Amino acid sequence: MRRFLSFRDFDWALLGMVLVLCIISILEIYSTTVHTRFASFESKQIIFIAAGLVGMFVLSKIDYHRLLDWSPWVYGFFLLSLVAVKLVGRRALGAKRWIAIGPVQFQPSEWVKLVLVLVVARYFANLGGRNLTWTDILKAFGLVGIPMALVLIQPDLGTTLTYAPILVAGLFLGGINFRQAAILLICGTALIAGVWTSGKILKPYQKARLTSFINPDNDPRGSGYQIRQSLIAVGDGGIWGKGQSKGSQTQGYFLPIPYTDFIFAAFSEEHGFVGAVFVLLLYFFILMRLIQNAQTAADLPGSLIIMGIVAVLTFQIAVNVGMVIGFMPVTGIPLPLMSYGGSSVLFTFLALGVAMNVRMRRFVN
Amino acid sequence: MVSEHSSNRGEKIPGVKLAVVQYGILLMMLALGAGLWRLQVLGAENFRQLAEANRIRKEPIMAPRGKLFDRENRLIVDNYPSVTCFLVREQSHNVDADLPLIAQGLSLDLDQLRATLKHYRSSPGYQPIPIKQDITADEQAFIAAHRNELPELETIDVERRLYPRDGFASHLIGYVGEVSEEDLNNPRFAFYQPGDVVGKAGVEETYDALLRGEDGSRDVIVDSHGREVGYLRTQHAVPGKDLRLTIDNDIQRAAELALGDASGAVIVMDPRNGDILAMVSHPSYDPNAFAVKINRADWNKLVTDPRHPLMNKAIQDQLAPGSTFKIIMSAAGLQEGVAQNMHVMCNGGATFYGRFFKCDHHHGLLDIQEAIPMSCDTFFYALAQKLGIDTIAKYAIEFGLSQKTGIDLPNEMTGIMPSTEWELKNFHQKYYAGNTISVGIGQGETQVTPIQLLRALSGIASDGHFVRPRVVDPSQLPSNFRQALLDSFPGSGTKYVPLNTDTWMTITDGMAAATTPGLYHTAEAAHLDGVDFAGKTGTAQVVGGGDTHTKGGSKTPNAWFVGMVPRRNPEMAIVVLQEHGDWGSGSAMIAQRVVIAYVNKMRREEHNVLDQAGAAKPVEVGAVWSDPAPAGRGASGKRASVVRAGHFFVHPDPNIHPEAVATGTPQWPAWLTASLLRFKEDLH
Repeated sequence: MRRFLSFRDFDWALLGMVLVLCIISILEIYSTTVHTRFASFESKQIIFIAAGLVGMFVLSKIDYHRLLDWSPWVYGFFLLSLVAVKLVGRRALGAKRWIAIGPVQFQPSEWVKLVLVLVVARYFANLGGRNLTWTDILKAFGLVGIPMALVLIQPDLGTTLTYAPILVAGLFLGGINFRQAAILLICGTALIAGVWTSGKILKPYQKARLTSFINPDNDPRGSGYQIRQSLIAVGDGGIWGKGQSKGSQTQGYFLPIPYTDFIFAAFSEEHGFVGAVFVLLLYFFILMRLIQNAQTAADLPGSLIIMGIVAVLTFQIAVNVGMVIGFMPVTGIPLPLMSYGGSSVLFTFLALGVAMNVRMRRFVN
Repeated sequence: MVSEHSSNRGEKIPGVKLAVVQYGILLMMLALGAGLWRLQVLGAENFRQLAEANRIRKEPIMAPRGKLFDRENRLIVDNYPSVTCFLVREQSHNVDADLPLIAQGLSLDLDQLRATLKHYRSSPGYQPIPIKQDITADEQAFIAAHRNELPELETIDVERRLYPRDGFASHLIGYVGEVSEEDLNNPRFAFYQPGDVVGKAGVEETYDALLRGEDGSRDVIVDSHGREVGYLRTQHAVPGKDLRLTIDNDIQRAAELALGDASGAVIVMDPRNGDILAMVSHPSYDPNAFAVKINRADWNKLVTDPRHPLMNKAIQDQLAPGSTFKIIMSAAGLQEGVAQNMHVMCNGGATFYGRFFKCDHHHGLLDIQEAIPMSCDTFFYALAQKLGIDTIAKYAIEFGLSQKTGIDLPNEMTGIMPSTEWELKNFHQKYYAGNTISVGIGQGETQVTPIQLLRALSGIASDGHFVRPRVVDPSQLPSNFRQALLDSFPGSGTKYVPLNTDTWMTITDGMAAATTPGLYHTAEAAHLDGVDFAGKTGTAQVVGGGDTHTKGGSKTPNAWFVGMVPRRNPEMAIVVLQEHGDWGSGSAMIAQRVVIAYVNKMRREEHNVLDQAGAAKPVEVGAVWSDPAPAGRGASGKRASVVRAGHFFVHPDPNIHPEAVATGTPQWPAWLTASLLRFKEDLH
């Protein structure tokens, strides 16, 4: 069973594309923050990336089967920590998302994503690809639903939503049949409608944010402001862009938080359609490469892990870029590998580490 | 490593499902790419414009307000550059937390600052809240140094009014302030924007449309915090029009000094054209206090002061005219042919309608020539009885009483002239004839403003030529504004009321006698040697005051004096009102001091004109001629062979060519004839 693991089997092509995106990200963070009090965020981002790379290599060394074995315990631990956040968390911008452990600030909801990928993969792998019963489906919903509920009450709608694709991918790939999927879709739609109209679960500002993308001009100074400024920034870029550090929307601070959630708008303004499509292509190839790794994985859990990661990344890219170009509401979901932020960078690199892990063990028999 | 998931080995996700995922991702990417295409390729131009509009802000450039000068172009009201600090709540994350630092840096009271913000609580966050006006250079430096910590602070440069410090001519000049809600709703002021600084009183209010100029604007490139990063187009402001007032600083100053601490008013006017040379209302206020926001305590003090410092008494104080009304009585009596032949015996009063009406002295038997300078009440009681209230009212109204004069200052009052019609209209009752007696000496219900009295009496002295008083020479105004001004300030205006020569002579001589030493002459102390100074005093009892004579008391009579120089067709007329000033002779003394200042100034100016005007100097001309001299030279028995020689002065006249002299035309120009006649007299 034992096989000598070599970094020759490491996915260097994938890593190369990821690092190209990271460089683009660093340059854009520099461009958007250089004249603000957030200057030097790009150096922090470099440190995050470096830490992410280390984490990625370390994680790729641990057999993912062992990770799967540990995952229930880790899952339990994070559920407790989410409860702890609600009880003793630090309040920032109207939400409790962080707990401070000494000098380190810890946002468990980001880590839960990775843990969920693992537990969901483990769960469906144990079902062995047989046709799912309704009990199986309900258990899967519980598995993902509990942390979703805990994060939703922080409140952090964006992160909550990123858990959903893990479940969807698990169900789809784990063997849900067409009839079940249709029933779930109907129920889901009814549930969303119910949540929307009940007026208790979603806070008014969340609702406003979710609808303002449809007509941002209704309230250009309120919740529509961000989406409107984002559209102007993207459109202002034109085909070739305004040039690095030359976007008036970005440099004039009209674009909200241009180094995190709206970094793609800032990049699109300064590098135009050509630059934006180049970044989209990079994402596309990264995702295709990951799916290829899922195909070549040694076993079902490996495939499911990678596809869970693909689901999360795809969802984040779609929602973030969709938000920036006015297809989606403002949800505060960062763009993986582009947006500034330690938690996001670490999650992405650790997730990629797990994916590498699966790939490196594809010949294990 | 050992895998415990041996049951899974070999099981794979079906390839078709992975293919579905791949195509799904491809579809998503295409959708996103299409979205980018829509925005960046198809909509680029539109969004470029939106981005431009985003970063360009129109910023007003305040037009400097027109300056005010006196009639000799001496500066009275100037502007100075000033900086106002605003707070824009939207630009800060936590305004409340910043307040202590702001209060410290701008030396404001923290509680007061909080109260200011509370006042604006319901207004939108982007609205700038003015927190301190006229900030110092240090405070400006503080704001500049804390750009990042206190992004909510903004400054704006404005031109602020600088008024004479001691309240000099303050009621005439007025003051400026932020435009009120009422004015904004008034269609006449459609051009006002909220926050505009507009004239609130005096000339500042009347001539606001000219003084304000036209604000310009500048397209400023800003970031989303409103910080300026560059400029594009600039539309320059059109400065307000400077205005030359009719007042003369010297006369104004003299009038203010003469009135001193007394509560009241002084107006000096040129009755030939209505130019107001001086207008004083006392007590006054410092208009500079209004230029920067006035604080509530100071405002309350001004409003509640029993001496009414905010009131322009010259045009707003409505009081009984007292004995000054006797001039109007005299004019009415003489015009009606009643007063000429009246001889009244004054025994310290007389009985009318069963009631005894008092006079100050036992004047004895007198006619109108004596009754005016002595101000004999008994005579005018009798005259009033003979004329009746409606005849008196007819003349008084003809002379402008109970109407505005139409002076170009806001909020002029109309006063009251009682008549049967007036009594009926206001009290729905018949006029009681006994009241006419009091009206004859300017008591009763009659109320006049100082400006009305001045216009009426100086108009009578000008042979019935009444003028519309004015504080700005209309020649400097655009014609449409001149008409609008007349429409906005209706009044009796400029008017000619034909008077008999006798009427004119009798009254003017009577007023001249009043300031000439003589028994019972009321203003003899105001006599000026060598100045033809005429006038009429008035000691008007206040309601409930009776005959109390304690100067300054609330029941002490108001002291009036109306005077003119010279007595007929005066070039200068003055009215003095001292509230509770007791005897009118005291007001005559005040007028005397102003008249001295006026006369001295005129004399000095005439000398200056002779010294300075080199071109107008007489030119010495030598000439030789023979007898007989031109006609009119007078008798001379000598023959024509007699040759005379001499030299004389001629005033050069640009209308006459010097050749006319050189050619020796038989037709001598009139001016030369006159000079020669003078020369002849010199020879004798």
